[in-house]
Amino acid sequence: MTSPEIRPRRSGARSETMQHIERWKEFVIGSVIRICGFSAVVFVFGIFFFVFKEGAGLLFGGLDFVQFFTSPEWYPDSPSNIRYGILAIMAGSFAVVVMAMIVAVPLGLGAAIYISEFSSGMIKEFLKVIIELFAAVPSVVWGFIGLVIMNPMIINVFNAPVGLNALNGAILLALMSLPIIVSISEDALKAVPDGYREAAEAMGATRLQISIKVLLPAAKNGLLAAVLLGVGRAIGETMAVLMATGHAVNIPTSPLDSVRTMTATIAAELGETAQGSDHYKVLFVIGTLLFLITFIINLTADLVVKGIRKR
Amino acid sequence: MSTFEITRHGRNKERVQSIATALLLGVTCLLILPLASVIGLLIVRGAPALSFEFLFTQPINGMTAGGIMPAIVGTMWLVGTSLLMAAPVGVLAAVYLNEYAKDNWFSRIINLAIVNLAGVPSIVYALFGVGAFVLFMGFGTSILSASLTLAIMTQPVIIASTKQALSAVPMSFREACWNVGATRWQTIRHVVLPNSIAGILTGIILEVSRAAGETAPIMFTGAAFFLPFLPQSVHDQCMALSMHLFTISTQVPNVPPAYPYATAVVLVGLVLMVNTTSILLRIRLRRRRKW
Repeated sequence: MTSPEIRPRRSGARSETMQHIERWKEFVIGSVIRICGFSAVVFVFGIFFFVFKEGAGLLFGGLDFVQFFTSPEWYPDSPSNIRYGILAIMAGSFAVVVMAMIVAVPLGLGAAIYISEFSSGMIKEFLKVIIELFAAVPSVVWGFIGLVIMNPMIINVFNAPVGLNALNGAILLALMSLPIIVSISEDALKAVPDGYREAAEAMGATRLQISIKVLLPAAKNGLLAAVLLGVGRAIGETMAVLMATGHAVNIPTSPLDSVRTMTATIAAELGETAQGSDHYKVLFVIGTLLFLITFIINLTADLVVKGIRKR
Repeated sequence: MSTFEITRHGRNKERVQSIATALLLGVTCLLILPLASVIGLLIVRGAPALSFEFLFTQPINGMTAGGIMPAIVGTMWLVGTSLLMAAPVGVLAAVYLNEYAKDNWFSRIINLAIVNLAGVPSIVYALFGVGAFVLFMGFGTSILSASLTLAIMTQPVIIASTKQALSAVPMSFREACWNVGATRWQTIRHVVLPNSIAGILTGIILEVSRAAGETAPIMFTGAAFFLPFLPQSVHDQCMALSMHLFTISTQVPNVPPAYPYATAVVLVGLVLMVNTTSILLRIRLRRRRKW
């Protein structure tokens, strides 16, 4: 970072005592800054530790793992036969996220290509601002939109009995993950050196051909990272799916089925359980699982991006 | 036929190109359309309930009448308190990463942690807040617990934009300062920070918008469905705009239809206003920068 000749002094003061004080000050402030810098690592470990800790009692004592992962039966309050099977809940999360990505990935990449390669000047700036504002709309507002706008719309268009279903949640998640997919894809496209574009243009390629045949392959790692982060955002989204997917624990067979996601289950049930009960603990186990899933997704995205930088 | 006349192949190529341009433009417009129509619809349907009275009075009759004043006040408490905790730590963390850290495995781990912090689901933050602040540290469900949760959640926003602002200060500025005998901190304090303060500010403003919109992390750590009084200290619970929107649109029967819309308009309006301020500040800054 610094060239060898020019480095910060250890102390700027002239007299010996002043120098001593200065050096002390420098040390204390430097330490505080280092601690703050390290805090993010502490926070990530802290999050894992505390969520894991609350669920650990059940995880190591009594949770039937086979049932947990393979049973679609979620009856945490059943008086006679309590069952904690999260298969249906995971299927709900999975269905909503996959459907959301089917919509969001092509749209997001298309918009990123347009913003990066086909627009310029004020229009480009304007579009980027819109994307940024898009990302700022709170998730509870999206949930509200799902509840009062999308719900009747889906009932009318698809003649469905209920409008609060996987499709509703997926559309909302698509809208919510679009900004992140667009902005990171746009960054990835921007990072491709102009020489690639110029070389292709000299060969007589049109903008479109350049975009598809040169830029997409060249930026593929960044684009993959963008999609991964979009998936991560969609899996973790809580309020929108809580309000819009209809709250039915079952494995969906059609997009118009109501589902329940992992995040929505925690949000809906945490308030009703007694602290320290098995039901309470199992929600923290689901939370730990969610943490691990998003952690792996983010780690992969990071490695994919770092991969480009090394090359 | 002259040599330079466009061939049929070339014409085809151009046609495909213009169709594709139109298509991509359409896709991009699809991004603007939902945002614009949603905001328009919220305003139209919320308009009957929007008034000064709505903003400045208490909700009454089981939240089916009156206003949203306590929710607005509560959101201000949460945002203010979380900002007090998130801003110093976030800015200093960015100072560390940009001014102190060398490019090694240690700083890579920190960067990785920040990326992950940004990716943890909001409901997991809620669980963390309950486990760490409400129970372990014994703060109970209070503004303090909720703000601490929000503060950690919004760290990455502040760190990212502060880092960007710091790295925009040219290296030569620092070297000039070191050359006259300044220490690292003196350089940061008198050269780096003054030259990047506006950029840092945009990040802090973004934190406000993010914290104001979150619902899940405060649901179980400090936000209440309904409180007949305003919070007096950080140890009280409070209402919050985002939580209030969730409550009156899903949990409370017989709310007049315009009420949740009006609440949503206030929340979205607040968040977008804050964001626009940040964006305008950033644009002005870019114009003014001389280096």
